[in-house]
Amino acid sequence: MLPFAETGFAEATWIMIVKSIVIFAVIFGVLPILTVVERKLIGRFQHRYGPNRVGPFGLLQPLADVGKLISKESFRPANAISTLFILGPLLPVISGVLALAIIPWGDVQDGVGLYGIDVPIGILYFFAVGSIAFYGLLLGGWSSGSKYSLLGAMRSAAQLISYEVSMGLALLGAIMMAGSLSLVDIVHAQGEVWYIVPQIVGFGIFMLAGFAETNRTPFDMPEADAELVQGFMTEYGGMRFGSFLLVEYMEILVVSGIAAAIFLGGWMGPGPSFLDPIWMLTKMIGLVLVFIWVRATLPRLRYDQLMSLGWKVLLPLATLNVLVTAVLVVVT
Amino acid sequence: MSFDPKSASYLDSIEVVEVQRGPEPGGVGGAYRAFGETLRGLKTTMARLIEGPLTIQYPEEKTPVYPRFRGRHKLHKFEDTGLEKCVGCSLCAAACPADCIRVVAAENIPGDRVSAGERYAAVYEINLSRCIFCGYCEIACPFDAITMGHDYEMADYDRADLIFTKEMLLAEAIERTPLKSEEE
Repeated sequence: MLPFAETGFAEATWIMIVKSIVIFAVIFGVLPILTVVERKLIGRFQHRYGPNRVGPFGLLQPLADVGKLISKESFRPANAISTLFILGPLLPVISGVLALAIIPWGDVQDGVGLYGIDVPIGILYFFAVGSIAFYGLLLGGWSSGSKYSLLGAMRSAAQLISYEVSMGLALLGAIMMAGSLSLVDIVHAQGEVWYIVPQIVGFGIFMLAGFAETNRTPFDMPEADAELVQGFMTEYGGMRFGSFLLVEYMEILVVSGIAAAIFLGGWMGPGPSFLDPIWMLTKMIGLVLVFIWVRATLPRLRYDQLMSLGWKVLLPLATLNVLVTAVLVVVT
Repeated sequence: MSFDPKSASYLDSIEVVEVQRGPEPGGVGGAYRAFGETLRGLKTTMARLIEGPLTIQYPEEKTPVYPRFRGRHKLHKFEDTGLEKCVGCSLCAAACPADCIRVVAAENIPGDRVSAGERYAAVYEINLSRCIFCGYCEIACPFDAITMGHDYEMADYDRADLIFTKEMLLAEAIERTPLKSEEE
């Protein structure tokens, strides 16, 4: 039987600290740029420029946005449940940061693994942590004491159950081919061919479910700014609202990172090994651009359409994919 | 002509074009349609991205106006003698539907002529906060003394600043508006 992951590998504490600081610095450096890039790209998709006034090419726009959000009052409705209302935006931030830990940026080089932590149960960890984020939306929406927020929270709960299963099943094929749950091992197993080729169905289902996981169009029913006025975020203002937005982008990065690691060969790419993290980041950004492209294209689906898509199309497809992969893995 | 939609002759006539419909929702055909249309949508947006933005960055870039665009008024002088064309006849004020022109005429003093005619406009004011830019003043003027310029950027903080005096209307206008060339 294959070992699930290398458990005897340990690193010095200071290396761990430096690693987490570097990962934080990179991700939180990329996040604000991502918000500008998204707005600019959406603009270009619609024959507009997008933000281009603040700083060169509008790159300082996130700074101005954050400055504005911080200076706003952190308003709380009178009939909101205060502790849960404050907890609402915090939980997704925590879960997003936790999920960043397992994204593999590179192999073990000079005794340092270029990843936050190589969890033997990597993908399960991702799902566990990712589901916590939804508690934030649910609690935040419910405790706001507002109709729109409650509807948004309800939608996110309904959305959660309709895509999570197929998302897990979509990854199962890749897990079976690699014989490990650890993301590092899965990347190693893609030495010959990236899993996007044999697992194209799994990749498609994972990306579709990823749109739902990150509350992005076409599955942004929980926020649905047109009919629910931002859904669970309606009553939030100031930096609490800002952290919901931050989390949305962080989740996009995490889902892109997981997809890049599992289906696009993770850090693998031409060039010397110190370029590995760059390759990983490039693949992640590439997938993020797909997210933006889809957002610019597709309208929001109806609530029941997501349900029927999740249960009637994605789930059978994912199950079939798992079955076929299982048979092929056993045969070959 | 009344028609029966079910009659064969109506359906056979060339004016009836069958509506092209994709596969019904649901099933393999529906999935194919949804997938194909999604890809078509993605292609459409990508094409927009490649075409590039159409925005005109207004304060820096301006759309050129047509030569007959009716902007802020101008008063004119004779180029050779430097005398004002306006003779203070008040026809513009009479033609003005918004009643925004005020002209007070005075007699020219022979040694110190202001205009080419017998009289001249001692006061010539246009209240641009009331002007509707119809151009009737331009048409009414017998001496082409007042014309509509091309300037449309006249916003101000104070209503009093929008009453343009004769000196302001006579002064060479700052060209802030590009003019369309012949080809455009």
